[in-house]
Amino acid sequence: MTHSDLALEDLIACPQCDALYTARMPEIGERAVCERCHTVLIAPRRKAGLRIIALTLTVLILVISALFFPFLTIHVQGFANQASIMDTASSFGSGALLLLSLATAAMIVLIPLLRMVLVLYVLTPIVMNLPPYAHARHAFRLSQELKPWAMAEIFAIGCAVALVKVASLASIGFGPAFWMFSALVVIVLFNDMYLCNWSVWKSLETDES
Amino acid sequence: MEITGNRRILTAREAGLVACRRCARVWPMGTTECGRCGARLQSRDTGSLGRVWALWIAGLICYIPANIYPMLVTQTLLDTSKSTIVGGAVDLLHHGAVGVAVIILVASVLIPMGKFLAIAYLALSVHRGSNLSSGRRHHVYEMVEFIGRWSMIDVFVVAILSSLVQLSVVASIHPGPAALTFALSVVCTMLSAQSFDSRMFWDEDAPQRKL
Repeated sequence: MTHSDLALEDLIACPQCDALYTARMPEIGERAVCERCHTVLIAPRRKAGLRIIALTLTVLILVISALFFPFLTIHVQGFANQASIMDTASSFGSGALLLLSLATAAMIVLIPLLRMVLVLYVLTPIVMNLPPYAHARHAFRLSQELKPWAMAEIFAIGCAVALVKVASLASIGFGPAFWMFSALVVIVLFNDMYLCNWSVWKSLETDES
Repeated sequence: MEITGNRRILTAREAGLVACRRCARVWPMGTTECGRCGARLQSRDTGSLGRVWALWIAGLICYIPANIYPMLVTQTLLDTSKSTIVGGAVDLLHHGAVGVAVIILVASVLIPMGKFLAIAYLALSVHRGSNLSSGRRHHVYEMVEFIGRWSMIDVFVVAILSSLVQLSVVASIHPGPAALTFALSVVCTMLSAQSFDSRMFWDEDAPQRKL
């Protein structure tokens, strides 16, 4: 069978192994998975757009407010100190380590934040049945490319490890920002689960043509 | 999902098409840019192995000082102690914090080393073939991609400790130079894994090679 009789937009190729399929929207709750390498190709969810927007807004609010509250506090022998997320990100100080401060700030705050803004920018018009905003495709591409570099959840586990390290030497308290950050990690995980790349690309395509 | 054609899986390349790795759209062979998402199109990214190796070597070079120089500098009333990655984990073991020591060792030694070996093995297997099936190698590749970011945990621990433990003369913790080279090593290996074109594992399943 040749593909000349099939329109190209009806085909989907697995990005991981190049297997070619005819794209068919799976039933709600089902996923289309590559038979060869088991990469998830299409995973639509009912009302995913609205949910993602709601969760993304929550994350935005949480990240921004988490920046301003103390994150962890420490008490030992009458001495006390508290650290906000911003203190943590800038803790590497001067010289070449400043580079690391910038990278840390980017990975735990800026990139997760930027991804949220980009997702909102792309999904809002789709959900409201409006034509996409300018450069929506670039925005969505960027949000996908940034995904591995958003490391909020790794930072959260890092906190747990750091706590155990210090716990024997001092008493540790959790600031409000700590709980905000913990909630955020869970929401980000759910958000990525709801987002079906293929569906978004599909709607960006039909709306712009 | 329906497989087009008969039972054997047909690839986009065999169908004379080039697939976009970002949005999964297919285009006629020879198209250079995806009309939907704007990504660069290449049926097989043959230059990718060069980038994989370059970043792999850069990552390995950074990983050496990361293990020699101190990761943490702890100052207390009485003395200043510097601890390397492995040294810090050994200290934790002595203090009885076995769980944390294991996390640190796994994230900072086992995972990076495993990643270096896995990426090298996968890159070599593209040229020389492998005893492992394409599916197996694909699993290894996915593991490397998924797990790579988690090595950053040690850098974050250093950041948290050095911002939190600033208790005047009693105790303070500062990051050592290894924190930077370790972070660079993680970034290089992440980029190295991302450069890999995983479709190359599957090409030896193509009928031309089997005949």
